[in-house]
Amino acid sequence: MSRRAILAAALAAAAFSPAAFAQDFAITNATVATGDGSAPIANGTVVVRGGKVVAAGAGVAVPAGVQSIDGTGKWVTPGLFAAVTDLGLLDVEGVKDSNDSEADESPFNAALDVSPAVNPDSEHIAVSREGGVTRATVSPYNGHSIFAGQGAVIDLGADPDAVTRARAFQFVQLGEQGARLAGGSRVAAHVALRNALREARELAASPNAARSPDALLTRADAAALAQVIDGRQPLYVGVERASDIRSVLALKTEFPRLDLVLVGATEGWLVAGDIAAAKVPVITMPLRDLPSAFEALAATQFNVGRMKKAGVKVAIGMFNTSNQPRYAPQEAGNLVALGKLPGAAGLTWGEAFAAITSVPAEISGMGGRNGGVRAGVLAPGAVGDVVIWDGDPLELSSAPLEVFIDGVKQPLDNHQSRLRQRYKSLDRTYLPKAYDW
Amino acid sequence: MTRSPGLRRWASLLVLGTALTLSANSADAKKEDKKPALIAANPYPSTYKPYPGTPTALVGATVYDGRGGRIDNGVVLFKDGKLVGIGGADMAIPDGFTKIDAAGKFVTPGVIDIHSHLGVYPSPGVDALSDGNEMTSPTTPDVWAEHSVWPQDPGFTRALANGGVTTLEILPGSGNLIGGRAVTLKNVPSITVQGMKFPGAPYALKMACGENPKRVYGGKGQKPSTRMGNFSVDRQAWIDARKYMDGDHADRDLGKDTLEGVLKGEILVQNHCYRADEMAQVIDMSKEMGYKVTAFHHAVEAYKIADLLRENDICAAVWADWYGFKMEAYDGIPENAALLANAGTCVVIHSDDENGIQRLNQEAAKAQADGRRIGIDIPDAKVVSWFTYNAAKAMGIGDRTGSLESGKMTDVVLWNGNPLSVYSRPEKVWVDGALLFDAMDPKRRPVSDFELGQPGEGDVK
Repeated sequence: MSRRAILAAALAAAAFSPAAFAQDFAITNATVATGDGSAPIANGTVVVRGGKVVAAGAGVAVPAGVQSIDGTGKWVTPGLFAAVTDLGLLDVEGVKDSNDSEADESPFNAALDVSPAVNPDSEHIAVSREGGVTRATVSPYNGHSIFAGQGAVIDLGADPDAVTRARAFQFVQLGEQGARLAGGSRVAAHVALRNALREARELAASPNAARSPDALLTRADAAALAQVIDGRQPLYVGVERASDIRSVLALKTEFPRLDLVLVGATEGWLVAGDIAAAKVPVITMPLRDLPSAFEALAATQFNVGRMKKAGVKVAIGMFNTSNQPRYAPQEAGNLVALGKLPGAAGLTWGEAFAAITSVPAEISGMGGRNGGVRAGVLAPGAVGDVVIWDGDPLELSSAPLEVFIDGVKQPLDNHQSRLRQRYKSLDRTYLPKAYDW
Repeated sequence: MTRSPGLRRWASLLVLGTALTLSANSADAKKEDKKPALIAANPYPSTYKPYPGTPTALVGATVYDGRGGRIDNGVVLFKDGKLVGIGGADMAIPDGFTKIDAAGKFVTPGVIDIHSHLGVYPSPGVDALSDGNEMTSPTTPDVWAEHSVWPQDPGFTRALANGGVTTLEILPGSGNLIGGRAVTLKNVPSITVQGMKFPGAPYALKMACGENPKRVYGGKGQKPSTRMGNFSVDRQAWIDARKYMDGDHADRDLGKDTLEGVLKGEILVQNHCYRADEMAQVIDMSKEMGYKVTAFHHAVEAYKIADLLRENDICAAVWADWYGFKMEAYDGIPENAALLANAGTCVVIHSDDENGIQRLNQEAAKAQADGRRIGIDIPDAKVVSWFTYNAAKAMGIGDRTGSLESGKMTDVVLWNGNPLSVYSRPEKVWVDGALLFDAMDPKRRPVSDFELGQPGEGDVK
C-alpha cells in the first residue's frame, strides 16, 4: 500500500474523509494508452489494486471482487506528468505576496528548496488536476544568481501530502539570462558555475574546516551543491543556443559525475547527435518556433521530432501560469499533426503521449529505476494514477471524466468550476448572484 | 529557471518604454486655415496591391463560410482576387479555373486576429525593437502603432504558415489608458508597413482600463495610481477632445485628432479590460462622453455581463482559457466564450501573443469543447466565425473579408483536416487570391530578411 493509500485509509478510519480511499477498480472496454510510447490499444482493460496498477492492456481479466467501470467509448491513460512547473508556488503570478516562485532579495541561491512552500490547495494544482495532470516537478525561478535552487517532485492529489521527493534537482540558468545573472556575460556565468562547484567540493571534503576567505557562496549554498557534483542530485541546466548546449555537455569532462538535464534547448536539434551521445535528456516547450532571442535563432517546431530521431530522450514541459500544465496534450497533439507535413519532423501518437507521461516521469526520477516509484505509465507496479477521458486525450475536444491518484478518486471542482456553475444563467431577478452557490 | 521567453504579454504589460513623446506639429497650422482635423487625410496611405493569382476552384471540401454556414462537399471559386462562387457539389466550374481536389479537407475564410503586437513587440524581443508602449504619459492618442511596426518580424510568417492568419490588427500595448492608434494589416510580407496596410480599413484607438495603467504611472508617483484615477484622466481627455472638436482646429493636436475621430465614429475603440464591473463603468463613460466601444479585449469576466455587452452591441475578444496570472484575471474561466455565445453576445477569439496567433483555431476549439461540457452546444461552423467574420466585423472590415461570400476578398485557408482538430494544419493560404503559403511547396513560404542565412532558414517553423 502506498503512503497515500495508507493515509487515505487512516483518514477513512477516522471518518474524516471516507471518499478519499484508494479503491480497487478495473476499467474495461476502453481505448487504453499506456504512456510507454506504444500505440493506443482498443478494447483494453486497466486494473488498479492497493493504489498501484496491476495490469493494463488487451485480454486482461478483471480479478474477482474488483469493481468494474465500463469504459466503452472512453480512453484510459496514466495521469499526465508536468515537468518543470511553478505549481503550488503561487496563487497569482502578478501578486507578489502570493508568489513564492523566486527570491531575488535572498542571500541564498542553490540552498533554496521549494518543498516547504508547495501548497497542495493551490488553485493551479486544482485546475491542472481537472486537466488530467497527476504529477509534476516544481522548480524555483532564478532570483539574483545563476542557481535558482532545488526543485521537488509532487503529486496533485487533493490531500496534504504533495511532495513526493524534496530537493529532487538543482536548477542552474546559463545562456543569455545566465549571463545577465552572473554579471553580464556567458564568460562570467561559466566562471561562476565552476567556482561554485569547486567551493562545494572543498566544503564536502572538509566540512568542518574554515572556508577559503574568497568564498563567494554561503555555506548553505555550497553544501547544497555537493550532491550535484557527485551526481546524487540531477543538475537541470536552462540553456537554448547550440553552442551553449555544447559548453554544457563539455562540463562532463571536468565533472564526470554530473547528472545533467537540459531545460529549454531551443536549438537542440542543431546538436542533437551530441546530446544523444552524452545521454542527456531534454525538457522543452515544443511549439516555440520564433527567434525570440539571439540564443534562439534556430527555433522550430521540428526541434522535438529532430532530437527524438537522433536518439535524445525528450519531454514536453516548462509550464507556468501562462503555459498552463493542462495544455500539455494540445502541445503533444500538435507534434502529431506536424508528422503529416512533407519534410517535417513530428512524433507518432504514442511518442507524443509518452512525451507528457512516461518520459518526463523518467527524467524526473520517477521511472521506477532501482525499485523506485514508477509513474507516467500504465504498467504493473506503477502508481495508480489513472485518467478516464471522454475521447482521444490529445484532441482539443477531449477532457478527463475521472482522475485517480494512487488509486484515490480525485475531486475535479475548483474556483473555476464554481464560477461557471454560478454564471451559467445570468438571472438575477430575485437575489444577487452572491446568493447563488 | 527564468520566466519563459516568448510570452510577450509580460513584455507588453511590464516593460517600461523610454522613448520621447511626440510634439504636436503646429508649425504649418495657420490660424486662417480653418481646416477640419486631418483624420481623413490618410498621410501614410496603403500601397498594398494584391499579388497575382490564378482562377481557382476548391472542390469537395467541407466549407465553413465564416458566418455560421456550412457546405459539405462544397465548391469555392475565386478569380482576380475576389470570391466568385460558393456552393455545393452541383456548382458549375467555369473554364479556365484550376481545380484543386479538396475532398476530405476543409475551407475557411482567412484567420483574423483582432489583437496582435507583432511588429511592435517583434522577435527577437530585444530592447532595440521593443516599440509597443509609449509609457511616458498615461494618454498618448497621438502615437500610431504603424510607426512602430517592424515588417521583418518573423512572427508574421509563423502566423501565416501555422495559423492561416491573413489579416491582423496591431495594437499599442496596455501600459497607457489611451495607448494610441492601432493599424490593420494584410499578412503579406513587405519591406514597408504601407505595403501591408489593409486598404480602407478604419483606424482603431487602443484603450486600457484596470491594473496596467495605474501600476505604470502609480509606480512613477503620478496620476493615475488608482482605478478612480484611471477614469478621471480618461474623462478629462474626452472633455478636452470635445472642446477641440468644436473649435477651429487652428492649433492642430495629433492626439485630439484621433479622439475626435472616435467621437465622430470614424475610429473604433478597442478597449483592453478584464473585470465585469470595470467594463460596465467604461460603457457608462462612453455614453457620458459620446463615443462607442467596439470590443472589449481580454474580457476574462465578460461572461458575468454577457447580457450587458449584447444590449450595448459590444464584442468580447477573449482567450480560450487564460486566467490567474494577474489579479484582474483571477476569475477567468474556460467557458467564457461559450457562455457569451449562448447569450447571443458577439465573441471573438484573439491572441495577444506571438505564439497564440499561430493557433487561434485551436483556442476556439477548446472554448467550444468547454461549452459543450456544460451543455452549450455550438456548431463548428459558428465557432469558425469567432476567428474569422466576428473579428472582421469588430475591426470594421466585415464587408470586405472574414467570410466566404461572392465579391469579397479571397482571403482563404485550405486546411488538411477539420480546423477545430489538433491534428489539422493549414495546407494552403491565399491572400486576395494570391497563394502565399503552401505546405506542400517548400518555396511557397515567406522567410523574413532577419532569418536569411540563419540556421533553419526555410523550415516551415
